[in-house]
Amino acid sequence: MFRLRPEARATVRVSVDGREVALPEGASAAAAVLAAGLAAIRETPVSGAKRLPYCMMGVCFDCLAEIDGVPNRQACMVEVREGMTIRPQRGARAIETDAE
Amino acid sequence: MTAQVYDAAVVGGGLVGSAIAWGLTRQGLAVALLDEGDVAFRASRGNFALVWVQGKGDGQPAYTRWTRFSAAEWPRLRDALGEATGIETELHQPGGVHLCFSDAEIEERLALLERLRQGAGNHGYEYRLIQGSELADMLPGIGPKVIGATWTPYDGHVNSLKLLHALHRAFVSAGGRYLPNARIAAATARPHDFRLGTPSGEILASRVVLAAGLGNRALAPLFGLAAPVVPNKGQVLVTERARQILPLPTTFIRQTGEGTIMLGDSKEDAGFDLSQSPDVMATIAARAVASFPWLADLNIVRAWSALRVMSADGFPIYEQSRTCPGAFVANCHSGVTLAAAHAFALAPMIAEGELDPMLAPFTAARFDVPAAA
Ligand SMILES: Cc1cc2nc3c(=O)[nH]c(=O)nc-3n(C[C@H](O)[C@H](O)[C@H](O)COP(=O)(O)OP(=O)(O)OC[C@H]3O[C@@H](n4cnc5c(N)ncnc54)[C@H](O)[C@@H]3O)c2cc1C
Ligand code: FES
Repeated sequence: MFRLRPEARATVRVSVDGREVALPEGASAAAAVLAAGLAAIRETPVSGAKRLPYCMMGVCFDCLAEIDGVPNRQACMVEVREGMTIRPQRGARAIETDAE
Repeated sequence: MTAQVYDAAVVGGGLVGSAIAWGLTRQGLAVALLDEGDVAFRASRGNFALVWVQGKGDGQPAYTRWTRFSAAEWPRLRDALGEATGIETELHQPGGVHLCFSDAEIEERLALLERLRQGAGNHGYEYRLIQGSELADMLPGIGPKVIGATWTPYDGHVNSLKLLHALHRAFVSAGGRYLPNARIAAATARPHDFRLGTPSGEILASRVVLAAGLGNRALAPLFGLAAPVVPNKGQVLVTERARQILPLPTTFIRQTGEGTIMLGDSKEDAGFDLSQSPDVMATIAARAVASFPWLADLNIVRAWSALRVMSADGFPIYEQSRTCPGAFVANCHSGVTLAAAHAFALAPMIAEGELDPMLAPFTAARFDVPAAA
């Protein structure tokens, strides 16, 4: 459904739920999610509804993803970096109680 | 506009007013509930949602009893509201803890709870100090700075927005009339004969209940009553949702049914000021992280402040007007906890036309300090 603009220089490679995509510098991780064509990036904690990035400006929280191992990040507020790993956020995050 | 006649008019649609108004409809009264609207200071929309007994009523055993009674009636409130509205208020009453960071704090806390136990007399008052591995088992990931916690079995928490919603829905479906944007500024008051002007016409009622929170201070004198309440600011932080980890609430950290963790709450005498301040927010966050170090990994997604409705001694004000019988005042700073007592005990007394002597300690006369000779 989403395509990069033809003039975009897609140089930054990231992995979205195992799929490799390339984005222009400065693009958001949410844009990477959309470019990868996933059906959903998160499932809500209460009802389990599937969601994709929506507002792209930090207010709706529908883009929550695990980014480089950190859960519940708003993908639209994070810039892509070479080698970034973006994974779906399924339900509420877990808590590591033994973390320092 | 024609006047409308009711058995009772309740001024204030927060937790206190809507619990009483619903309780009055359950007594068969025709009730109007008048609420000012979003411009008002509304503690009922910004509180911490504890149904809390531990530590309350120092120097006033009647308040401990009233609070205990309400906490014990809360399961009935949940059931009645659930039946009437289908709304689940998410009551959990696994008991609650207060975390202590020093020996002095523990000592002070135990002395307080012992005074409360003695004040409770035959009613009993169960409490315990929990430490060491028992504490670690009870509260996953508790920080090393917490050296003990006092526990009482009576405490719990709810979803207080759902409570407010359910009270309003139950009130309306029982035939009550809710009038929003109806600020009462003037009234005619005679014994058992009250006239209140609202934008949708004049309301006539033989009983009036002042439950306008901080608004009561100005309203009460119109009815021969007094409500010397002042604002006390509390700031609250809320984290992102996480899987259930906290099995029971503490006085300033609790996990909601949806998974967010609420971090409370400050106590600031700042007048009618709802601003948030970074220093206070930082203090709240630091105390929370000292309690549970794993909280440092979570993002804060919301924060707000709200104004408590405080009397000088922190106890409620319940009173019927002597010059204008039929007019009642109701103020408290624990409207979530006391919702069951308000609906099931206070409202029937108001319907009967007389407050039970058990509420005698809560008249505003206690604040009238005679001038020194
Ligand atoms: C930070 C914080 C944490 C809290 N935590 C807890 C807790 O954990 N447990 C607990 O039990 N309690 C807690 N409370 C207290 C609880 O929220 C209050 O006791 C309760 O909300 C008070 O309800 P109320 O209906 O008296 O006041 P409000 O919610 O202020 O409602 C008063 C209503 O009256 C209306 N009004 C005002 N003036 C007029 C007028 N002239 N005419 C018509 N209407 C008028 C307003 O519109 C308003 O809706 C907390 C409060 C705060 C601020
Ligand atoms: S897409 Fe709405 S917050 Fe990210």
